Amino acid sequence: MPGPIDQFGEFLQRDYSVHPPAFAPGYKTTVLRSPRNSLISLQQSLSEVTAPIFRPEELGPLDNDLIMNYAKDGLPIGERIIVHGYVRDELGRPVRNALVEVWQANAGGRYRHKKDQYIAPIDPNFGGCGRMLTDDNGYYYYRTIKPGPYPWRNQVNDWRPAHIHYAISGDGWAQRLITQMYFEGDPMIPHDPILKTITNEEAVRGLISKLDRSAVVQLDSLAYRFDIVLRGSRATLFENRLQGAK
Amino acid sequence: MLNQVTMLKETASQTAGPYVHIGLAPKQAGFDIFENNFGNVLTTSQTKGERIVIQGRVIDGSGTPVRDALIEIWQANAAGKYNHPADRQEKDLDPTFRGWGRGCTDFETGTYTFETIKPGQVMGRNGRVMAPHVNFWIVARGINIGLNTRMYFSDETDANSKDPVLNLIEWEVRRKTLLAERIEEKGQVIYRFDIVLQGQNETVFFDV
Repeated sequence: MPGPIDQFGEFLQRDYSVHPPAFAPGYKTTVLRSPRNSLISLQQSLSEVTAPIFRPEELGPLDNDLIMNYAKDGLPIGERIIVHGYVRDELGRPVRNALVEVWQANAGGRYRHKKDQYIAPIDPNFGGCGRMLTDDNGYYYYRTIKPGPYPWRNQVNDWRPAHIHYAISGDGWAQRLITQMYFEGDPMIPHDPILKTITNEEAVRGLISKLDRSAVVQLDSLAYRFDIVLRGSRATLFENRLQGAK
Repeated sequence: MLNQVTMLKETASQTAGPYVHIGLAPKQAGFDIFENNFGNVLTTSQTKGERIVIQGRVIDGSGTPVRDALIEIWQANAAGKYNHPADRQEKDLDPTFRGWGRGCTDFETGTYTFETIKPGQVMGRNGRVMAPHVNFWIVARGINIGLNTRMYFSDETDANSKDPVLNLIEWEVRRKTLLAERIEEKGQVIYRFDIVLQGQNETVFFDV
């Protein structure tokens, strides 16, 4: 009888209708950075259903606190917020011990990055990155400053909506995902060339976090809720051909 | 209208953007914040296996190196076993080898580097052994969804000729885009692996 394979079966086929295409000319940089050939679809092997494992002791105690993890001589300026949610797979099961990494601009839309030349100033007390592992329920949370929008060179008048970048590493290499989270009600969302690379409206809504008044810290921080769905792994009911070795 | 099983939809991918280093490689962005940084050296002094360096560039459709890419690799240990519970092959785990690393292309030269070991062979589907390979995942500004590929070794001709994944590529002429060339330089073994995103000699990318 199959044993732990039930927990680590093959991942369901990726549904590309929810994802942006590689070639999306409204986002100009994709034009020379998108393959012209079709992807070649693989039946998964151990190479795709396994992935690196991260341990809690590899992370520091302030790694999920962007308000404090780069504070030098005071607190960063901006809206104090908590972001929290669940990482699940497509079958609704919690993804445990997933590594969630986030990065963002400061309250004025300026990134702490040597290549960012935007005129809005660096905040000396804000770094802009954090990371955490999900718990047994797939739950994660971090605290930060709400990022500001910023201009970028696509069309000359293009501005990004406020957003936080996410990278998630789950149980299998096939689940690896990078995305961006937006904020409910931001009027720039419908004008963003990067968000517009996704044509599926429901998929776009899935990237917009919601104000969560149930999780605010009174007289301290607002809260936003953002759930993430990774590819589901399916139980192998009748055969065990993936594990060719045994 | 058919009744369908309801499932959640996978969260949509978005580009990592030009400042991906802030979150995933802050030192490359220009600042130090975490005590423990994830990086491009996969080995410790105790790790078993032949030490190798993997080096190359990511090239866009105009032939220009992509200088803001982030690359992750995932591989088996020298015995051909992944450090993950789903790998139930009867082979020894190397506790000093996670099998995962993260590197960036240099802002000036566009070159990325990993220090690792040469992986052993892993059992594939239906009892067909896979040739030694390293799994690559590439993200950058202008890449809307991370690109998956595999690197194989030029000096494993026999194993490569039997590899079930290489043999799945119908266009034989494209298989060579996954072969890294072995070079020996100052006593170091270097595998040179350039990734071409678009155009002539475009690297094979997989939907895994």
